[in-house]
Amino acid sequence: MSTPETRSAAAADPILVPPGDKEILSPGHDAASVTKRIAMIPEGRTPIWMFGVFAVSFSLVGLLLTAITYLVFKGTGIWGLNIPVAWGFAIINLVWWIGIGHAGTLISAILLLLNQDWRNSINRFAEAMTLFAVACAVMFPLLHTGRPWVAAYWLLPYPNTMMLWPNFRSPLMWDVFAISTYGTVSLLFWYVGLVPDLGTMRNRAKKLWLKRLYGVLCMGWRGSARHWHHYEMAYLLLAGLSTPLVLSVHSIISFDFSVSQLPGWHTTIFPPYFVAGAVFAGFAMVMLVAIPVRKLYGLEDMLTSRHLQNMAKVTLVTGLIVCYGYLCEFIYAYYSGNPYERFVVGENRPFGPYNWAWLSLVFCNFLAIQPLWFKKVRQSVVALWIISFIISIGMWLERFVIVVMSLHRDFLPSSWDRYAGTFWDWALYLGTIGFFFSLMFLFIRFVPMIPMSEIKILLPEAKVKGGSHH
Amino acid sequence: MANQQEKPPIYGVMAEFLNPQELYDAVKAAKSEGYDKLDAFMPYPVEEISHEVVNHEHSVVSKIVFAGGLTGAAFGFLFQSWAMGYFEPLQNLTNTLFGYHGYGFNIGGRPYFSWPAFIPVTFELTVLFGAFSAVIGMFVVNGLPQPYHPVFNVDSFDRAADDRFFMVIESADPKFDQEGTRTFLEGLSPQEVTDVDW
Repeated sequence: MSTPETRSAAAADPILVPPGDKEILSPGHDAASVTKRIAMIPEGRTPIWMFGVFAVSFSLVGLLLTAITYLVFKGTGIWGLNIPVAWGFAIINLVWWIGIGHAGTLISAILLLLNQDWRNSINRFAEAMTLFAVACAVMFPLLHTGRPWVAAYWLLPYPNTMMLWPNFRSPLMWDVFAISTYGTVSLLFWYVGLVPDLGTMRNRAKKLWLKRLYGVLCMGWRGSARHWHHYEMAYLLLAGLSTPLVLSVHSIISFDFSVSQLPGWHTTIFPPYFVAGAVFAGFAMVMLVAIPVRKLYGLEDMLTSRHLQNMAKVTLVTGLIVCYGYLCEFIYAYYSGNPYERFVVGENRPFGPYNWAWLSLVFCNFLAIQPLWFKKVRQSVVALWIISFIISIGMWLERFVIVVMSLHRDFLPSSWDRYAGTFWDWALYLGTIGFFFSLMFLFIRFVPMIPMSEIKILLPEAKVKGGSHH
Repeated sequence: MANQQEKPPIYGVMAEFLNPQELYDAVKAAKSEGYDKLDAFMPYPVEEISHEVVNHEHSVVSKIVFAGGLTGAAFGFLFQSWAMGYFEPLQNLTNTLFGYHGYGFNIGGRPYFSWPAFIPVTFELTVLFGAFSAVIGMFVVNGLPQPYHPVFNVDSFDRAADDRFFMVIESADPKFDQEGTRTFLEGLSPQEVTDVDW
């Protein structure tokens, strides 16, 4: 079945009225049509195009597994790491992936607290992205230890016969707690949001085993008003807890750099600038995935132009904060009067051997986002997709600039060196991209990617008159 | 069980409505009629209805989360202070009690009890414990997981997670009377009124 049939099913839907520019849900929808529309995707058959996606992404997963196997066999010597650049691709990719995850939590938690109802259509999708991005991110520090199978022994505090504890004063230890908490809380938040929809899927399931599976996964959810009452409170509090959490995670990651004494790293702008960069990269990735999926599944009635325009605005704002951060770094370096700081930021970045990275960064993260000021650009899916793609590259380059360009020329010219990723560095990086997209499309295929219960809140019928608020 | 008196023949009577407004009016009517053991079922949360059903009581989940978060904060901070802070009397105490003590790292001569450095982990554990207590607390308070419930015996109840709204008046309600309650529910102009078997 596949594309033509799924598409024609949607086209034959009499309720499908194209949404206006400002609408977040097609006005033709009612509760039953929302359920049908969203449940149709996991219940239907796999569309042909998805096999193409899986062919590419599963091949990259194969590459990932090969790269990990060879790494475990040979050690981190197969990477381009050297002294002074002991933090190469592994840390660049860790920061890049974690940053991508941040949009999910921003959409699901912060926008919920801010009463932005357009988040209801994209939060599950973005949260899934968070989970998979975190899964990719954690691979890097673990593999960077060289012996991932004993990483727990180094990283986690557990009672041992030597009575030793990891050093809780180290930003690297804070990272362990920040990332593991972030992954766990995101999973909990995602799962809680999924429970009512799993109940819907259970009620719709025709096969007994599937009914039982959904029944177990939704914990026997039956939509009782008493349950919703506690559920809403739990969901709100999870959002309240996730909001400072998401701000803390990238702040703590930035401490890995800013707590050290290295020129180019040791600045107080890092935490806010990292958080803004994370949201910036994350929104770009949401658009990068959502735009094709929306088209291929014909979901324009639920992921409307308004969603894309709002995301484009958030991207522009956070992008400008990031550029403000770049500017601040120069001012700090100049104002510090520290010759090393001035050299690394003011001289090595724009004129050093890696100035191509810095110049491309300025192009990707500053110049390329300027068209977003125009409404016509925000309304064009093609333009948004291209800009999102450029931003994703730009944010990777930003981490390259921060990690490599500060390390390769530090205080003593005698210890200067050059750095480049090897084949295995790239294999691992591309492999995680394949891993991410495999998980993402498996999610799209098997899980209701738009929260049905939350979309239904947007329907006009959901408003009740005569309620006594207090 | 102590409550071995005769079990009522049915679980309750259920009425089906088209939209939240009808359900809200029905719940209000039932409450003013004096029914209290009733529940509403809806595919998405409608605050007004939930508040009416729980008699405007505040959800206990918030207290659970507060306690959980506080536990996480206390545990995180005290644990790090013990493991890293190296207070001698405390070390001796845990050594005597459990044969176990912390470990003082001398890092550049900084104080062992460098508490500002313990804040990030304390914060993360606050959030982690808070989040777990929100999720586990919510499920426990709701009595979930519960694989079987009588309301699932009603055929049309499948739509409670789709587009229909239901109200059940339980037979456990002191005012319940199978015929009378049925007549009352029929008076609310529902789509259908059904007896809910056990």
